[in-house]
Amino acid sequence: MNGTAANSRAASTVLALPSRLAFIRSEGFPLIPSLILLSIMLVAIFAPVLAPHNPEVGVLGDRFRPPAWQTGGTADHFLGTDHLGRDVLSRLIFGARISVVVGLMVIIVAGAVGTALGIISGYLGRWVDQVIMRVTDAWLALPALMLAIFLAAIIGPGISNIIIILAAVWWTRYARVIRGEVLSVRERDFVRLAVVAGCSKWKIMRKHILPNVVNSAIVLATLQLGQVIIAEAGLSFLGVGVPPPQPAWGLMLADGKKGLMAGYWWLTVLPGSCIMLMVLSANLLGDWLRVKFDPQLRQL
Amino acid sequence: MAGPVLEAKNLVKHFPVKRGLLSREVAVVRAVDDISFSIDPGRTLGVVGESGCGKTTTAKMVLLLERPTGGVMRFEGQDLQALDGGSLRAYRRSVQAVFQDPYASLNPRMRVGSIIVEPLVTNESLASAEVRKRLLRLLDLVGLPERAADLFPHEFSGGQRQRIAIARALSLSPKVIVLDEPVSALDVSIRAQILNLLRDLQAQLGVSYLFIAHDLAAVAHMSHTIAVMYLGKIVEIGPADIVAKSPKHPYTQALFSAALPSHPDERRDEIILAGEVPSPLAPPAGCRFHPRCPHALARCSSEEPQLLHESGHLVACHLYPK
Amino acid sequence: MTGPLLDIRRLSTHYVSARGTRVTRAVDDVTLSLDQGQTLGIVGESGSGKTTLALTLLRMLPPAARVVSGEMLFEGSDLLKKPEHEMRRIRGKRIAMILQDPMMSLNPLFTVGDQVAEPIRVHEGTPRRSAWNRATELLKAVRIAAPETRVREYPHQLSGGMRQRIVGAIAISCEPRILIADEPTTSLDVTIQAQYLNLLRDLQRSHNLALIFITHNLGIVAKMCDQVAVMYAGRLVEAGPVKQIYNAPAHPYTRALLESIPRLGDGRQRLTAIDGQPPDPSAPPPGCAFHPRCPKVMDRCRSEAPPEFRATDTQTSRCWLSAPAAR
Repeated sequence: MNGTAANSRAASTVLALPSRLAFIRSEGFPLIPSLILLSIMLVAIFAPVLAPHNPEVGVLGDRFRPPAWQTGGTADHFLGTDHLGRDVLSRLIFGARISVVVGLMVIIVAGAVGTALGIISGYLGRWVDQVIMRVTDAWLALPALMLAIFLAAIIGPGISNIIIILAAVWWTRYARVIRGEVLSVRERDFVRLAVVAGCSKWKIMRKHILPNVVNSAIVLATLQLGQVIIAEAGLSFLGVGVPPPQPAWGLMLADGKKGLMAGYWWLTVLPGSCIMLMVLSANLLGDWLRVKFDPQLRQL
Repeated sequence: MAGPVLEAKNLVKHFPVKRGLLSREVAVVRAVDDISFSIDPGRTLGVVGESGCGKTTTAKMVLLLERPTGGVMRFEGQDLQALDGGSLRAYRRSVQAVFQDPYASLNPRMRVGSIIVEPLVTNESLASAEVRKRLLRLLDLVGLPERAADLFPHEFSGGQRQRIAIARALSLSPKVIVLDEPVSALDVSIRAQILNLLRDLQAQLGVSYLFIAHDLAAVAHMSHTIAVMYLGKIVEIGPADIVAKSPKHPYTQALFSAALPSHPDERRDEIILAGEVPSPLAPPAGCRFHPRCPHALARCSSEEPQLLHESGHLVACHLYPK
Repeated sequence: MTGPLLDIRRLSTHYVSARGTRVTRAVDDVTLSLDQGQTLGIVGESGSGKTTLALTLLRMLPPAARVVSGEMLFEGSDLLKKPEHEMRRIRGKRIAMILQDPMMSLNPLFTVGDQVAEPIRVHEGTPRRSAWNRATELLKAVRIAAPETRVREYPHQLSGGMRQRIVGAIAISCEPRILIADEPTTSLDVTIQAQYLNLLRDLQRSHNLALIFITHNLGIVAKMCDQVAVMYAGRLVEAGPVKQIYNAPAHPYTRALLESIPRLGDGRQRLTAIDGQPPDPSAPPPGCAFHPRCPKVMDRCRSEAPPEFRATDTQTSRCWLSAPAAR
């Protein structure tokens, strides 16, 4: 056996990390973005424990309190309150839950559907490919956000509806990209050899094509996460997303904009910063993954 | 069992060239144009020829990766065209392949053990204990340690990967293995190991090989019979030592004279061919080699020569019989 | 000019990993020389360091590589000490290189004429019209039919053999003293390869070139070279005149390699294979790098790396078997 296996084992003992996590120490690993994303996810999971107040109920007498470090603020409402007296910090924490849930669910559903269609289209070719690709083309021609708004207007608000709508809009990107990958993977020798061995088309797609394109799907998913979150925020902002009183960051932005002129900056800047942090971190992580998995994926 | 294990008669493969919106066929690439050969049990047929000669297409047809446009292929006497699903599957089991690039032949996401037994588990339902037993035997046959089964391909060198590919090809105990440039991508010091392994396996298991390579010495070393292809046709076919030592067809002579020497003192009368290999879209009329042939006669440009017997083998050339 | 055209003395090029943790001795203490008009073959497998040696010669190493010691004297002056602008005048003009894949060496967006004329225009400042004429002459010199038409064509319109000739034409356009050919025929068919090698030999004679072939193919060495240098794991294990080394190789690796290659005319005799595989250049075995595979290994080989010995007065060998006491 060549020495690379021994070398990578040696490297990880020096750095005292189990070999599965050794990638953390590799060049350019976006440690901070990953920690940010991880924190957001933990916050989302432990929201009920972490949030000091009920995010949906407020005391009207306490409205428009600024953050604690400004005059008029209290430690009780560390990041202030909104127009209904609801605690901003608690709403941000629970809002993380919405963003994470919607974000993850959409990329999982869209990813699964899009990848499956991309594989079928790319591997089976001929008329199946034509049909799926033309549908994809037509779907892609529609502007994503407009389509989402249109569908939301028809189906109505609600978290599961949002997830369905966004997934329905976003699967096409996966289908296209994965199909491209499949076109090159299926020409590789080991796929030919699988045909020679007598494997059925479905077995080949499952065992040989899928594992070799899943990396691209993951990279695409991380890159898409940011877009999905912005879309969700946009939908909520426009009032066709997550319905009040559920706290979504986009909704908080929409509510908060009324207060901008009055100087209630925390109602927009704070949820906006959260959106920005999450999207930026997802993009940085996705970028790194893209280069790490395969420099040829740069065109993604 | 007497008689050849694989036989091809008048095999043809044409690829249509389609242009335009309606994909009309405007031309035809005559990749393989009426070739016949046979492989006996436990013997090796070597195929040599340069780019565009059709040897890769022939290999694909043998592996049923391409369907012939014409002609007949017989496996153990049975016409492949007439085979139904069950017998076709049996054919697939009996004919396996090893390709050139050891880095592309193995699924990087599968463990070596699964790669090797994949043909076996796809085609037969065996208890996992039996599968394991066979896996260990295969690893032993190709000289790999038991623990190789749990590792991934990237942990192995080129030569070792080729051994894995060979083990996989053997897993169904095939009758024929198509070897397409099995050692060209390997380091020189390792090629002999793999070639010896292949020969030992042939002696041990009685498997036949269709051996395709551009290294003439390697082909001559491994093969019992050599077929020389040019632009889709077999121009010469016969016992390996005769074809290699005293080739009759002018192309074969040029080919073997162009082979690199193995010693600085080896002098060869080099026959330098004029021009380039014509495109298989428009092969020359008559004998396809005639525009470049140093011995072309008048009839070579109009009449296609047939494969006829000459000194112990078959040559398609108007120079023979003299 | 007296003395060899190219004199490499104890050259070592190392690759250092990004964190400085791993050092790969790609070229380790190599001493070679090349006279005018001579053809040298540098033979080695993957990991032998032969390509790194070629890149070092032209000072075209990647950032991770460092020349750690030694000198490279070209026409008497050390290439390692030259500033970059002087090296640029040498590359392409005095020392030229041909690579393996002609499709990668040629720019698909420019005509053949533009590409052949480019070195002439860059190095000699020749105006476009005369450079173009020179290009056509060069195409004739590399035996391309109808050069006047070809010179206007693009690389994709030509066959592999023709493209490799164009690459050759580019290489000799400024009349270099040394031409380095790194696996120039690997992608070519057998008959095209023979034509191309003959062309190189003729060009060598007519232009008084010194040729360096970097290859794993001992057939090319047998056909084309006067001198051969065998590399293994970064070290030069044997060097000397080709005939002598083929007749009586001093180093067990060279001998094993020569014996393992199938020979036309040997019939179906079993080959003598070498056990094991070439070592990982970043983690070579201790002592002599070949010892795990050597049929003649001794205890000393496992711990002490042998220096270069004179096996005969024209052959050097890095093997304890060639040590004076052992002979």
